[in-house]
Amino acid sequence: MNRTSNRVGLVVGCILILIWCLLPVAWIISLSFKSEASITNGNPGFFPGDGTGAGWDNYKAVWDNEQFRRAIFNSIGISLIATLLSVIVATLAAYAIARLEFRGKKLVLTIALAIAMFPVVSLIGPLFDMWRATGLYDTWPGLIIPYMSFTLPLAIWTLSAFFREIPWEMEQAAQVDGATSWQAFRKVIVPLAAPGVFTAAILTFFFAWNDFVFGISLTSTENARPIPASLSFFVGADPFNRPASLLAAGAVIATIPIIVIVLIFQRKIVAGLTSGAVKG
Amino acid sequence: MTTVTAPATGGHRRADKPEVSDRARAETRLGQRLVAPAVILMLIVTAFPMLRAIYLSTFDYALTAPDDRNFIGVRNYVTALTDPLFWQTTGVTVLYMVITVAIELVIGFIFAMVMHRVIFARGVIRTSILVPYGIITVVSGFAWQFAFSYQNGFINGWLPFVGDDFNWFGQTGSGIVAIMVSEIWKTTPFMSLLLLAGLAQVSEDMIEAAKVDGATWTQRLTKVILPNMRAAIMVAVLFRALDAYRIFDNIFVMTAGAVKTESISFLTYRQTIEQFQLGMGSALSVLLFLSVLLVAFLIVKLFRVDLAQARQES
Repeated sequence: MNRTSNRVGLVVGCILILIWCLLPVAWIISLSFKSEASITNGNPGFFPGDGTGAGWDNYKAVWDNEQFRRAIFNSIGISLIATLLSVIVATLAAYAIARLEFRGKKLVLTIALAIAMFPVVSLIGPLFDMWRATGLYDTWPGLIIPYMSFTLPLAIWTLSAFFREIPWEMEQAAQVDGATSWQAFRKVIVPLAAPGVFTAAILTFFFAWNDFVFGISLTSTENARPIPASLSFFVGADPFNRPASLLAAGAVIATIPIIVIVLIFQRKIVAGLTSGAVKG
Repeated sequence: MTTVTAPATGGHRRADKPEVSDRARAETRLGQRLVAPAVILMLIVTAFPMLRAIYLSTFDYALTAPDDRNFIGVRNYVTALTDPLFWQTTGVTVLYMVITVAIELVIGFIFAMVMHRVIFARGVIRTSILVPYGIITVVSGFAWQFAFSYQNGFINGWLPFVGDDFNWFGQTGSGIVAIMVSEIWKTTPFMSLLLLAGLAQVSEDMIEAAKVDGATWTQRLTKVILPNMRAAIMVAVLFRALDAYRIFDNIFVMTAGAVKTESISFLTYRQTIEQFQLGMGSALSVLLFLSVLLVAFLIVKLFRVDLAQARQES
């Protein structure tokens, strides 16, 4: 294959990727500027037609909605706390898996793998029952605990992959100088491992932010209801007649934090996803 | 469970090296202590509720009448397994899984090839490919539901062979297609990043050598590149297939299970949370769990996925 056709193929490929990834995003943004009245009458087409643009009205309406603001607040709070705790616990476990020889290591990895594949929906029945009995239903901890459990496998997986590539001679050097295993871990390895920890944190945050099943089944009011659940309950239960443009505005707002994180940490996320899942 | 230390190992170790044995024991103790919180947390929310689900599934138990709880043995399972609805939703779920994973594998591989070769605009491409990955599934579901809607969408206008007033959510086939489109759009980037990692492990020298020996582009692809990234492909397929089998969010948002687009996850949710049938819902939960195990087992056996090898572990 000659070079020019190769290059043309690459350019076409790149354009296809960009269209694939960004067209639906452009669409939801465009939809969020269609006026509510025109949506009720039917307003097909990619862009708002003449006289059907809404300016920032939809965004204002969504932002003035108390439930929506609470949902954003819940989502940010719950996701951040779950991420922080999950990463701390996962760091300890991943260090042990990457560095120490101990009985039960295989078992831990098997459990982590099994949970990564666990059908989340099969838990909501018993969890619903248990959470109502223990008072965790419709509270922040009620969501933080399952989020931690389900982000731990990914975090442990990613972190242990990172930890294996750290120059461990430094740890041994510290131990030769008289440090215990624990001191070597805390004073030498933690600073070296910080980038990996950070990556695991981003992936964990994405998971918690994206969760829907726990969000709809373990909450009932705006006390703890996160943003995906809140969006789906925005108006009524009829999926065929929704205030599309308002929902689009809400969806855009809910997506902004993710876009910001992606823009800032693109390189780290790619490294984390690829090293955690495939490479050793 | 992890706090159990191993007193027996000390006795079996070679007695002439006691300091090694001490060290090993200390290491085991530290290791088990470090993983204990993670293991406990993972089991609290999975193993314990799962055992409870097995227990509850033997009762005729509805939350609307909590005092009226009767032990009925395996009758919930019999009811579920003899109901055509169960088999129909399982069939639809398998359909979702097979088709989305197959399409994602092809598109994801093309994307991975482009990302692997491209030199210019690398950051832009990688940033944009992360956008669908990061977007909430519910938002993706809404975006595509409205895009397919004949009242406010654009897809009918863009597709030449579809009438302007065609209702995609009016019948099973097109409803499933719309749900699949949203699912594929959202998860293809994940697939392509996993494949990109596999592609990076294929040695350029080998491809170059095949080229010098006169291998065509197709031969290089099928004889050199694909066999060498087999592990990466298999891991990607396994992860995505199990993920697709649990499809829930898109169905909830786009059709709410109408026109027979319901998956097994959605059926379980509906029984438990919407109809408060905790006994029946628990039985379905157990069946869902077992079917996920079966799917995982089949994929691992059929494609001989070696996860340890993929992670380069012994």
